[in-house]
Amino acid sequence: MQNVLQWITNNQQIIYIVILMIFVGIEVIGRVPSVLHTPLMSGANAIHGVVIIGAIIVMGKAEGDNYLALILGFLAVILGTLNVVGGFVVTDRMLEMFKAKKKK
Amino acid sequence: MGLNLLTICYLVASVTFILGLKMLSNPVSARRGNLIAAAGMLVAIIGTIFLYRNTETGEHLHNYAWIFGGLAIGGIIGTMAARKVKMTAMPEMVSLFNGMGGACAALISLVEFNHLSKELSLNNSSEFVSSIQPTVLIIVLGLIIGSVSFAGSMIAWGKLNGKVKDFSFTGQNILNLIILAVALGAGAYLVIHPAHSFLLYGILALALMYGVLFVMPIGGADMPVVISLLNSFTGVAAACGGFLYDNKVMLTGGILVGAAGTLLTILMCKAMNRSLINVLVGSFGGSSSSAATTGGKDQGHYKEISLNDAATIMSYANKVMIVPGYGLAVAQAQHACHELEKVLTEKGVEVNYAIHPVAGRMPGHMNVLLAEADVSYEKLEEMEQANEEFKTTDVVLILGANDVVNPAAKNDPASPIYGMPILEVELAKNIIVNKRSMKPGYAGIENDLFFQPKTSMLFGDAKKVLQDLLAEIKNV
Repeated sequence: MQNVLQWITNNQQIIYIVILMIFVGIEVIGRVPSVLHTPLMSGANAIHGVVIIGAIIVMGKAEGDNYLALILGFLAVILGTLNVVGGFVVTDRMLEMFKAKKKK
Repeated sequence: MGLNLLTICYLVASVTFILGLKMLSNPVSARRGNLIAAAGMLVAIIGTIFLYRNTETGEHLHNYAWIFGGLAIGGIIGTMAARKVKMTAMPEMVSLFNGMGGACAALISLVEFNHLSKELSLNNSSEFVSSIQPTVLIIVLGLIIGSVSFAGSMIAWGKLNGKVKDFSFTGQNILNLIILAVALGAGAYLVIHPAHSFLLYGILALALMYGVLFVMPIGGADMPVVISLLNSFTGVAAACGGFLYDNKVMLTGGILVGAAGTLLTILMCKAMNRSLINVLVGSFGGSSSSAATTGGKDQGHYKEISLNDAATIMSYANKVMIVPGYGLAVAQAQHACHELEKVLTEKGVEVNYAIHPVAGRMPGHMNVLLAEADVSYEKLEEMEQANEEFKTTDVVLILGANDVVNPAAKNDPASPIYGMPILEVELAKNIIVNKRSMKPGYAGIENDLFFQPKTSMLFGDAKKVLQDLLAEIKNV
């Protein structure tokens, strides 16, 4: 019990962020029209590509002789970049179409 | 100085993510929102590469060659794949990219655990063990969630492009739960006894298995919901990375997507008037569909219509409503469809499109497709609006849509899609249905509409049929 309370106190910043972000996430897309479900999903998909930051840190910290970390880290960077770049480009392509038809 | 700058980079990125998501939920600002979030991501990535310092040693990152190599490879492949992909294959692509993110999170967990177990082999005092337990917990969570998301997304991707078929067996749900429980149990054990490092690979295997089995029995029509759900999983996996490195931007980005993704999943289910549980557990088909078919008594006969007749009644109609569905997307018939609309309009026929919110495989799928063919925005009518119009419509042309026009959703409480809002096409004077065959749609249920006296069938691939129809109409 003591440990759990201590842990909460030590990590209160993180806990605050998590709780607030849950509300922000729900609030921010609350009124999305169904037409935008797909692009929104795709956009959110690109945003969680932020996991790439973790991959860069893993890669950058790996010692030169730790081949497992180097190889897995390298793979993680590639996959994470795919997620980010592909995600944003696909979303943009979907939205481009929405814009084109708005003009007419 | 450098670290403070990095904090600001992360702050900026976090704000752009929230703003971007907010703007993405409005059609006018959506595109800018996406670009803003992308710019924020770029700031965060560049900041991390050049400004990050190891909190313990104060060292900069190294292995720059590897980092930039990885970024370049991923960036080039990602851009090419995203640019080349056909509009119809967008949903698959999103699923694929989502899987990449999940795999990335899982790999991070593997490497970090590897570091920890090395330290553990040098120092296994009980204080050290209890000091790393929270970290192990987060690593295990990141690994499980990331792997489930990866495996599930790969199956969803395979299903959407037809490489993987639906597959289910009795007791599958129970088996799934057992696998998940064993994986979680092994994870808990590993947190308590981090020295048993081999367990991590067992957990990895179980989580991958769970991801596969979890998506396998779910029908293709429900894939958008599943992808959206897996999308929010990956968000949570990314947030685990945020915990691990005490990295605020990963935390905000991950949790934001986790929360928004979950809500979006629920909204998608609502658009189909089904609950999430119903989508995940009570997969379409099976017992419920046979009940619906037998309940629908003898279906009687359907009648076919010749191209010539179809062309004639459409040319002399006052108002034609086109109802596009997945069949249109598969056949890539959006351009032919637009041609048809133009030719009919020249003949003085009023042509509009009725778009069901979940027509196709993704909400908004039809809008994107038709926009690609330059169909004007004003011609696309949403469901409520279209349902008003059907009363005064002479001909409804249904192109590869099925479940979204099935009257069973309105009048057969035994039907699995009962309660789903539909396009009430039976209000129109004539209905022409283009399908490849009499096979039921993705929900696996018969459609009474096809057997009604007003309805006539026009079999064949949507693109081919439309082109032939177009030629006939020009001759009328």
